[in-house]
Amino acid sequence: MRCRQVVDKISEYIDGELDPELVRELERHLQHCEDCRVVVDTTRKTVEVFCHTEPAPLPDDVRERLNQMFRHSFRKGEPN
Amino acid sequence: MPTHLDNEQSLVAAAQAGDSDAFVTLLNQYSRHIYRVGLSITGNHQDAEDVLQESSLKAYRAIAEFQGNSRFYTWLVRIAVNVALGKLRKRALWKESSLDEPREGEDGSYIPLEIESWGDDPEKACLHNELQQLLAEIIQKLDPKSRTVFTLRDVEKFTIEETAKVLGLSIPAVKTRLLRSRLKLREELTKYFGKDARNAMPTSRR
Repeated sequence: MRCRQVVDKISEYIDGELDPELVRELERHLQHCEDCRVVVDTTRKTVEVFCHTEPAPLPDDVRERLNQMFRHSFRKGEPN
Repeated sequence: MPTHLDNEQSLVAAAQAGDSDAFVTLLNQYSRHIYRVGLSITGNHQDAEDVLQESSLKAYRAIAEFQGNSRFYTWLVRIAVNVALGKLRKRALWKESSLDEPREGEDGSYIPLEIESWGDDPEKACLHNELQQLLAEIIQKLDPKSRTVFTLRDVEKFTIEETAKVLGLSIPAVKTRLLRSRLKLREELTKYFGKDARNAMPTSRR
């Protein structure tokens, strides 16, 4: 496997969705290619940092306006 | 993907029978996620609030049509994504071609340029709200279609199949967008977290 192919397979590799034969080939490549090791490692960290970050609480004013909108809709008797 | 409520099915049934409090309880569980999806796609807080309001109202009016084939949250996000994309279309930002195309080799593959291991993990390197701000800024460097794919898959933790279904894209198209998005964001984050990072953290840039 060459560096270009490693890059093409990174997503499936870090998601654990790569065919086992290709995983072995890719990992053989990683053993001797420092650059690809770095790219794989930092791509995995990129995904982790986004997926570990919980959303901030809804800003108070946004929540209040959302509630106002619903109170208005409920008064009008929606949905019909 | 957010944790769903234990009594979600009965809340949905009550909302479908006209119980508005049940609908609000459901919505409160997911509203900050919907707001984040709106913010990720549109890139600004005013539009994110509009997305939250409009999609909540649409969902409220259409709750009787929800058939329970997917999770309520997946159904709600699909509505929110459509509202958000509608806003981008109005702003003429939703184009087939990327606004910021990744570098491609002759065979169409992506060529990483920033090859530098990271020092501390990002969670250790900066405060939670600093990190949130940085991630929100960096995701805007993707073109709208890619950041929508990335948001659903890697931020909201949809599966590839769910992401494809919500966006009406093929699975290979989602995988291609996802790969490019991850690589592009990796490069952007390396500018901050690489061992020889040249950029200061967001708070010190202010």
